[in-house]
Amino acid sequence: MTTVTRTRDRTPDTTGRKRLVVVGGGMAARRLIDALRARDERDEWAVTLLCEETRAPYDRVALTSYFTGRDPDALALGDQGVWDDPLVTIRRGVAATAVDRHAQTVTTSAGTTLGYDALVLATGSYAAVPPVPGKDLRGAFVYRTIDDVADLRTYVETLRRETDRPLRGAVVGGGLLGLEAAGALQALAVESTVVEFAPRLMPLQVDEGGGEALRRLIEGLGVTVRTSTATAKISGTRGRVARMVFAEGPALPIDVVIFAVGVRPRDELARDCGLPVGERGGVIVDDACATSDPNIWAIGEVANIGGRCLGLVAPAYTMAEIVADRLLGGEGTFPGADLSTKLKLLGVDVASFGDAFATEPGALEVVISDPVGGVYKKLVMSDDARTLRGGILVGDASAYAALRPMVGRPLGGDPAAYLLPEGAAAAPMGDLPDDAAVCSCNNVTAGTIRCAVADKGCTDVAGVKACTLAGTSCGSCVPLVKKLVTTELEKAGVTVSNALCEHFDLSRAELFDVVRVQGLTTFSAIIDRHGRGRGCDICKPVVASILASLDLGHVLAGEQATLQDTNDHVLANLQKDGSYSVVPRIPGGEVTPEGLIAIGQVAQDFGLYTKITGGQRIDLFGARIEQLPAIWSRLINAGFESGHAYGKALRTVKSCVGSTWCRYGVQDSVGLAIALELRYRGLRSPHKIKLGVSGCARECAEARGKDVGVIATDHGWNVYVGGNGGFTPRHAVLLAEDLDTDTLVRTIDRYLMYYVRTADRLQRTAVWQADHEGGLDAIRAVIMDDALGICADLDAAMAVHVDSYEDEWAAVLSDPDTLRRFGSFVNAPDAVDPSLAYVAERGQPRPATPAERQDAGILIAGTTLEVRR
Amino acid sequence: MTIDLTDRVDAEPAETTQTATWVAICRLDDLVPERGVAALVRGTQVAVFRLLDDAVYAVQQLDPYSNACVLSRGIVGTRGGAPTVASPMYKQVFDLRDGACLDPMGKEPVDLVPYAVQVTDGVIHLALPPTVAAQPTTDPPTRP
Repeated sequence: MTTVTRTRDRTPDTTGRKRLVVVGGGMAARRLIDALRARDERDEWAVTLLCEETRAPYDRVALTSYFTGRDPDALALGDQGVWDDPLVTIRRGVAATAVDRHAQTVTTSAGTTLGYDALVLATGSYAAVPPVPGKDLRGAFVYRTIDDVADLRTYVETLRRETDRPLRGAVVGGGLLGLEAAGALQALAVESTVVEFAPRLMPLQVDEGGGEALRRLIEGLGVTVRTSTATAKISGTRGRVARMVFAEGPALPIDVVIFAVGVRPRDELARDCGLPVGERGGVIVDDACATSDPNIWAIGEVANIGGRCLGLVAPAYTMAEIVADRLLGGEGTFPGADLSTKLKLLGVDVASFGDAFATEPGALEVVISDPVGGVYKKLVMSDDARTLRGGILVGDASAYAALRPMVGRPLGGDPAAYLLPEGAAAAPMGDLPDDAAVCSCNNVTAGTIRCAVADKGCTDVAGVKACTLAGTSCGSCVPLVKKLVTTELEKAGVTVSNALCEHFDLSRAELFDVVRVQGLTTFSAIIDRHGRGRGCDICKPVVASILASLDLGHVLAGEQATLQDTNDHVLANLQKDGSYSVVPRIPGGEVTPEGLIAIGQVAQDFGLYTKITGGQRIDLFGARIEQLPAIWSRLINAGFESGHAYGKALRTVKSCVGSTWCRYGVQDSVGLAIALELRYRGLRSPHKIKLGVSGCARECAEARGKDVGVIATDHGWNVYVGGNGGFTPRHAVLLAEDLDTDTLVRTIDRYLMYYVRTADRLQRTAVWQADHEGGLDAIRAVIMDDALGICADLDAAMAVHVDSYEDEWAAVLSDPDTLRRFGSFVNAPDAVDPSLAYVAERGQPRPATPAERQDAGILIAGTTLEVRR
Repeated sequence: MTIDLTDRVDAEPAETTQTATWVAICRLDDLVPERGVAALVRGTQVAVFRLLDDAVYAVQQLDPYSNACVLSRGIVGTRGGAPTVASPMYKQVFDLRDGACLDPMGKEPVDLVPYAVQVTDGVIHLALPPTVAAQPTTDPPTRP
């Protein structure tokens, strides 16, 4: 299947062509037009789309995202150029009012009559409103169109101007749409309550256990959930909703209510012209999407196919593809709907696929339920526990992309392994059969993706997405697409390059080995033997880091100085205006009053802005390059040393106060944190490294957000690895339990040294251990069971690091040659950079904005704040 | 030619030609191979780089992408055969010979002003365009 748009060069003459009229401008209609225009090589059909809404078809699935920006265009579907196609006519704001099957005409709300050769009904659904009293009061909404959402927003904003108290809202219906609507209320800062008649949330997608996990997660987000609750009526004050009255219990005061109890097919056109409809509505169609009238088709939510209407976009797209195929003489049939869903509701992952409710006789269920971690996962297996039938994932649906295509196939191995985070990552997906659907939104199989790589010359995920449309709708299958593409490329003998840059073909890990084994100590020697040219801002810092990790002298000694990024070169952190920030090390976050006063005095004397960092130390901003040695001379005299905030190196070891003061602490977390920070200070690594130590299970140091997190137990220490904050936050994973302090330190030594030696450039521990062959289990085998026989080597390397540590700043201050680098200008070493300008804010300096620079009167130069050097 | 470098802040006298004024900046030995330094030339900031073969190049010190005067602190390297500097701020790469932006990191390419350089008797001289030579201003460079 392909829907690549061709460039067209046609006259807008539609005479003599067959006329297709599509009624309803939703997602199914859009897909039908795309598919038809892509495949109608001979331009047989001229299409007219009647679109009741004033907008072209948009992405209704992403409706809630309208709240993060008001721009309806952000929801636009696909290439809007299709509406300029001379053979496509869109009539916005025009509905069909009647169909004359005998004359083959459609009458429109604009009063015109359109003849058709084929008519496609794609009218979708109404949002159903239950017949409760008060449903028509102002403040009662449904959740279906951009206009619904915009009205809701306007109403809430109007109320907010009238009152200071927090606004309260209720959603009737705890299904998929109801939780979406609750998300919308949350986004509008309205306190929300979800009211569901069934005993659990999302009763159609998840079972009792999943519903319970979902309730806990949703309630954790501040949404109140009431299940097994019937809404009796909405009562109003002055025509506006005011209270929600239930069959039992006290009424709930509300300012706004959203009905999200389901949808009803909009089949009245079909009923009126005598087409058969289902018992619960929907135009009855066969598996070609044809109605009883050979010239009329129905697709999407209005179509009653196989005895039911389907409210998901994937089957709607499939139906659109089938009708496009049939209109061009093809024989496509509906293969049966895949009702799998994966959603992020209020930020909570929910997925349901295959036979999620284990309805098949003899089906076995494998369940992992972790109420603390907020995760519920269930796999439904055949009676012999070999074949996957379906499943439910709540809280963490990362395994969905890998598992859904395996439905109906033998899973191989222990099913439970697929539910653990590492298991999902390591699942043997390269063996996926060609006919397994990978992208269910666009119906793309593993075979199609392999073919795109092998035969159509796609060489990356972006190319495959463009060629097959896989992963272009909801995106949940992209990790699997990437895996398939990589495997296929490797099979074809295409090397998936992990070269550092144009100067080195080796990866960082390969280069590390080469440098270590061959004993190379300079960049020139390394690039002469293993690279070309004179390097760049990518490879030079990598080589500098490798040489530093191997403890081959001071980072600014000799040629190494030319390899460093400015931060490492001047041992400070470059800020946006060209000044630097300075961070003295405060091990474990423990600092004496004298130390605090000394830092404060330095900041005051040099006119620096001070801020406490997230790593329990103090950052001093606004230091000019020529001030750095004087600042450090003062700090070193006060007993401080470099904090390596500028380096890809150990940053801090964060700690809670621990058993020495805390009523709950069970171990001395501060003492251990200081020992660890002093041990690993200055260790250069592929990316920054942060550690944390908590004195008890309350985890006040947030150690599981660190690369290495240590948490005290009654018997010793638990060590977790691979956590980080930042762009993709990760929780560290348990490596070993109840270690004594010596074993703990040895384990961390080996973990860090193994990471330093084998990780890629700028790869943090989380990604490194996920990508390591065999995952964390394999790493554990290397560092705790010495599976590779390298532990003695790792221990020795760390010992060299610990023994050879010296404070980089102390070394700089004692070397006149190095100090020369800190002049502001080569021909005026003490002149102040005239482009720096600051203004005071909250009693401290900050860089002036461009506008402020225009008005030189308010500027304060760095020097005017400085009273002493 | 000999130049007294005891007062390097305002390295006069300058030798004027028809189109440019040559100003002595510093000694070649003041520069480390494959690193840059900043120079303050009549209020204008210039980044001066020495390569491994003792070739010297100079471009504007103002980084057009961050509006900070920092380019002398970038990493020197090569792209293809071109000697380059990468801005320490947002890593755009420039050709040291003519200031051309070789990698705008996804932004619009903005080229740097290059300065002609002569090394005479171990002293680096920059050619100032007439505008700069005529305006001994101490204002910060114009910010786009």
